[in-house]
Amino acid sequence: MSTPSPDNAANINKLARGLIYIALILFAIYYLLPLYVMVVNSVKPLSEIREGNMLSLPSVLTFEPWFTAWSTAQIGVQATGLKPYFMNSILMVVPAVAISTLLGALNGFVLTKWRFRGDNLVFGLMLLACFIPFQIALIPAARILGLLGIAGTTQGLVLIHVVYGLGFTTLFFRNYYAAFPTELVKAAQIDGASFFQIFRRILLPSSGPIIVVTVIWQFTNIWNDFLFGASFGDFDSQPMTVALNNLVSSSSGVKEYNVHFAGAILAALPTLVVYVVSGRYFVRGLMAGAVKG
Amino acid sequence: MLTRNRLQDAVPRLVLAPSFAAILLFVYGFILYTGFLSLTDSKMLPSYGFVGLENYRKLWALPHWWRALTNLGIFGSLYIIICSVLGLFLAILLDQKIRAEGFLRPIYLYPMALSFIVTGTAWKWFLDPGIGLQNTMHLWGWESFTFTWIKDRNLAIYCVVIAAVWQSSGFVMAMFLAGLRGVDNEIIKAAQIDGASTMTIYRRIIIPLMRPVFLSAFVVLAHLAIKSYDLVVALTGGGPGQATELPATFMYSYTFTRNSMGIGASSAIIMLVMIFSIIIPYLYSELRGGPRA
Amino acid sequence: MSFRMLTKLAAGAALIALTTGAAKTADNVEVLHWWTSGGEAAALEVLKKDLESKGVAWSDMPVAGGGGEAAMTALRARVTAGNPPTAVQALGFDITDWANQGVVGDLSEIATAEGWDKVIPTALQNFSKHDGKWIAAPVNVHSTNWVWISKKALDAAGGKEPQNWDELIALLDKFKESGITPVAHGGQPWQDATIFDAVVLSLGNDFYKASMVDLDPAALGGDKMKEAFGRMEKLRSYVDDNFSGRDWNLASAMVIEGKAGLQFMGDWAKGEFLKAGQKPGTDFVCIRFPGTQGAVTFNSDQFMMFKVGEDSKKAQLAMASAIENPVFQSAFNVVKGSVPARTDVPNTDFDDCGKKGMADLAEANTNGSLFGSMAHGHSAPAAVKNAMYDVITRHFNGDLSTDEAPAELAAAVAAAQ
Repeated sequence: MSTPSPDNAANINKLARGLIYIALILFAIYYLLPLYVMVVNSVKPLSEIREGNMLSLPSVLTFEPWFTAWSTAQIGVQATGLKPYFMNSILMVVPAVAISTLLGALNGFVLTKWRFRGDNLVFGLMLLACFIPFQIALIPAARILGLLGIAGTTQGLVLIHVVYGLGFTTLFFRNYYAAFPTELVKAAQIDGASFFQIFRRILLPSSGPIIVVTVIWQFTNIWNDFLFGASFGDFDSQPMTVALNNLVSSSSGVKEYNVHFAGAILAALPTLVVYVVSGRYFVRGLMAGAVKG
Repeated sequence: MLTRNRLQDAVPRLVLAPSFAAILLFVYGFILYTGFLSLTDSKMLPSYGFVGLENYRKLWALPHWWRALTNLGIFGSLYIIICSVLGLFLAILLDQKIRAEGFLRPIYLYPMALSFIVTGTAWKWFLDPGIGLQNTMHLWGWESFTFTWIKDRNLAIYCVVIAAVWQSSGFVMAMFLAGLRGVDNEIIKAAQIDGASTMTIYRRIIIPLMRPVFLSAFVVLAHLAIKSYDLVVALTGGGPGQATELPATFMYSYTFTRNSMGIGASSAIIMLVMIFSIIIPYLYSELRGGPRA
Repeated sequence: MSFRMLTKLAAGAALIALTTGAAKTADNVEVLHWWTSGGEAAALEVLKKDLESKGVAWSDMPVAGGGGEAAMTALRARVTAGNPPTAVQALGFDITDWANQGVVGDLSEIATAEGWDKVIPTALQNFSKHDGKWIAAPVNVHSTNWVWISKKALDAAGGKEPQNWDELIALLDKFKESGITPVAHGGQPWQDATIFDAVVLSLGNDFYKASMVDLDPAALGGDKMKEAFGRMEKLRSYVDDNFSGRDWNLASAMVIEGKAGLQFMGDWAKGEFLKAGQKPGTDFVCIRFPGTQGAVTFNSDQFMMFKVGEDSKKAQLAMASAIENPVFQSAFNVVKGSVPARTDVPNTDFDDCGKKGMADLAEANTNGSLFGSMAHGHSAPAAVKNAMYDVITRHFNGDLSTDEAPAELAAAVAAAQ
């Protein structure tokens, strides 16, 4: 990786570097604070939360809230914990991310290497689609899912997430492929390679960074969606966010904050893992195309 | 042979067609439908009694709506400016060959991975004077410390800004970092040979080169600001009073909880007009020259 | 990630998605509700078990949030998709609104056979019946004009329960002198409105009916309404600085812990006191809002039944019948803090506050002083209710003066109709 920072960086005196580290650490604290509050309070007994200091470490350490949130907390009429909903989310997120990423890659390929009249208009319209407020889509989308016979199913949720993810995935891949040498595509064409052969053999092998960016983006957005999940999910397809919401915003009764925090962290774990594991590639992927115009 | 070729020629467009068709229907079809609903007397569910511009007249007569727009003005501008400045600042700091970069970067980035259903409670706690920061400071002996913004109807909107900046500034940082890493080393070397200081290099050369990143960040942030919904619901529920109501929460509440779908639809149309008036000029300038290599 | 992996993943995932479609059996009820907290859900499980013993399976669709708002949004999507649940927890005018859409079912068969007309208060029937047909099975009656007082604080202040407005203010002043927060309150629109309900009712049953139920502009914008807002302003001066956005159960906790003197809240607050190990009469006192004894503002959770196919009809009727079973009514409401929707359920299992609630309900029902609660969507449709919330909340937070508020209220209600 190139390091464009000025070579005289080494000359900056130690004080300046110290200040930089202090600033960076202070900001790290700012970003970590909410997570810290959640983690610390998820391992305290409820009585300690009631009386104690939000920031203090637990005097009695308990992992009970975590087990409760996962397997015995009241989500619906039965005390199932978040466990069954986890699988619902996986079944929805994995196909939705895979399909929208694949379509985005194909669309990006077409829009950059197989240009046709009006392609910019098509791209512009697809990009603009990213900005639609989802609330207005609720009622008409419900009607369409009903007509297709997939209302209240995981397939229905997958379809919705794929459609509303296409704008972003197409944007990412288009910008990435725009920088890809067109000559390679032309040469392959002359050799008689078909559209899909070129896509598979030439473009995809070098698409790693942008696939990472797209997958991260789509995974977090779809995993975190509540509105569609609550509206289009059924008793057997409600995703994790809906369950978490049921856990934390039940209308009455004692609020078990420690269980709520534990549940919130559990619900966020997959996205956190995705970010931490692939964060390295994320900046590289952004560098490779997503931030270019 | 000829037909085969023609078929080959059509493949790219056939590949693009399903995505484009889906977006035409699910985005533009729905926008038209919403536009139509805004001219009807729809209450709980869509109904088709035509009332002309009545809903728009009612909308603009509501103090509630004005409040939402004013708040969006305050929130949106602060959010975009702070996120951009902070994102750039952190990216520049991180770009100084920081040893712990691999450790710090995911810390700055992770909030984007979490939905506000997850972090909302933690933020609510943190900002609440009774149990949050103020209480903690008092327990630590700083008795005169006061931080009651979230309870103050003139200041609560700034709490929304704090939490929103926390969520997105890391992502903006990643975009700038990618941009900084993409700057050509030769330019910097040349400037250094000319004896320019690090500050000058950043001010005169590197930051101006970040123009496309600023634009991308602006578009991403602007649309997040206009669509902000979870954030407000989780943090303040629009309160105190209606002090933190935003157009997105307004629209949801009129469409779905107040059974005034016509007014909700007209506010959605206004939101769309606002979004498009930001995005379309940007898209136009970006796409005019075709995809850049 | 390679392309091959990606396509394989996509294909495999699509296959999984296709094969996990719902298998709905005939004897099955799909229930959309927002009772997800421990006690409520446990009470609902009684119903579920009962149905299962009769061979009816229960498909659970919980969507919590905002007192049912999220569930109502989900319901709209479900109905629009042509895939409505069998039964939906619903409140007041939401039921009427859905009935007007012509999508609800008909329970008259079972209601007639079991004689619901005779045992369910007429005020509830206004919502449970539409065009003479039973469309919903009421589960409970919550009354909202309660005051929950800390016994310790009350004793310290002389021990006399306030009977009218002046005595209430005197009591609050004594609380203030003793250094506790007089009124535990959470600044959320519905909580502000819950107090407003009681305040309006304390100015007379007729005034409540004229303003909150009949929406008479003269009553809404008149001098008496100004007095009501004046009382709100007075009460506002007894809450702590930190009230805004507080959940109601945290406000209850303030009374439980002795940090606050009293809370104005519906009977669901009782559950918080009981769970904290407090006993009615010894640790806390429940009285009607001063000046409203004899009248009750209520809200009632009902299970609204949607039109289903003939094959599911049997299960739906079985569910309706099970809800109105007196044993379930008693078991559920003991836990929930509310009182049964039927007036013929024995009060043996209820505590003192529950017994008082049942007696008050029966009395109000006979005297015609049982009114739907505005704050809880039982006196006016959602658009009007929320328009009132806007004005009440703005006034309570100091955005509107007491002089301006009545005219604003009348205007807002007119605009929302």
